[in-house]
Amino acid sequence: MTLTVSDLSIARGGLPVLQGVSFALARGEALVLRGPNGIGKTTLLRTLAGLQPPITGQIDGNEETIAYAGHADGLKPTLTVEENLHFWAEIFGTKEIATAIDAYELNGLRSRPAGALSAGQKRRLGLARMLVTGRPIWVLDEPTVSLDTGAVAMFADAVRAHLGKGGSALIATHIELGLDARLLDLGGYRASLPALDDFDGSFV
Amino acid sequence: MKALLIRDLKLAMRAGGGFGLGLAFFLIVTVLIPFSVGPQSALLATIAPGGLWLGALLACLLSLDRLLALDWEDGTLDLLATAPLPLESVVTIKALAHWLTTGLPLVLIAPALGVLLSLPAPGYFWLVISLLVGTPALSVIGTFGAALTVGLKRGGLLLSLLVLPLYVPTLIFGAEVARRGATGMEATTPLLLLAGITAGVTALLPFASAAVLRVNLR
Repeated sequence: MTLTVSDLSIARGGLPVLQGVSFALARGEALVLRGPNGIGKTTLLRTLAGLQPPITGQIDGNEETIAYAGHADGLKPTLTVEENLHFWAEIFGTKEIATAIDAYELNGLRSRPAGALSAGQKRRLGLARMLVTGRPIWVLDEPTVSLDTGAVAMFADAVRAHLGKGGSALIATHIELGLDARLLDLGGYRASLPALDDFDGSFV
Repeated sequence: MKALLIRDLKLAMRAGGGFGLGLAFFLIVTVLIPFSVGPQSALLATIAPGGLWLGALLACLLSLDRLLALDWEDGTLDLLATAPLPLESVVTIKALAHWLTTGLPLVLIAPALGVLLSLPAPGYFWLVISLLVGTPALSVIGTFGAALTVGLKRGGLLLSLLVLPLYVPTLIFGAEVARRGATGMEATTPLLLLAGITAGVTALLPFASAAVLRVNLR
């Protein structure tokens, strides 16, 4: 399953942030997004996940294939680690959570309520959710926030295993993951803002 | 879909889930009515059906701002929007879970509270029937209001202001069924109209709720 993005322009809060973004992501490939804060990495990932429409351009291959992980992990504090994972597995129509639990070493925390986990453990649980979705394209927004070096290695291993099985990953991150990944610097796609006095369209 | 329903019921039952808050609110409002009106059982019997319906409606309203806001805050709503489940079924399930944890308990406790307001004997049956038929509409309309205000800071008050006018038809026909039943009049017509409102909003509003949710998630 190839994700193809051609000539994409996206906006955040009504202002265009990126324009002319084009790339293709083939099976077994990882693409790392770089760019300064505010360039539109999160907006691009949310657009690819189908949470918001692009202004112009075409996205192919993102129907029912993308597993999205944003800044928030979508965990319920009163449910246990196991219940949280089971819930997402059932929503995505898969059964198995053991692989995900093992990959992020959550075995000792299985019956702990998610609310009692540390920030790094919560993030690990959030990333383990990607494994139970069974979706081929992972779209990850700053996945390594609050992870220690050991957990970053777990994450890199999980991504590598996913790529090995023919999946692909699109990761916005600033740290070196040690993955064999292409880099895409978004700095070159910054949208030119419309002139400030041109407000009649948005004001009426 | 079943997983989402079970999760919502579980969350409601666990610590901080708010199960029982609506019930307690209903109880207190009903107890306050005799205090404010005075110990005149004839007058209380007259206003009992309307008072009970208003109390149930406000109790339903009380728990609405948590309905989608919690899922929005922790990112669950974003993830559900990218899941294979269509948002229309997500909001339908959320409304069903809200009714099971708020509306249904109100229906079951209403006869006991009817005693406090000296509701006439023939009224109990019609009170329960009208609440049973009417409260699902309150949950579905409330979910629409919650979808409209999701992501807004201090959205709770705005939610009440938006939802209360939409509750008017349900309240009119629901209280009318209970009132007619209590005074021994024929109550089938308003009951059918009430059932029509519930069926109509349940069929149509999930589409509107999902549409506004999609806009709000952008």
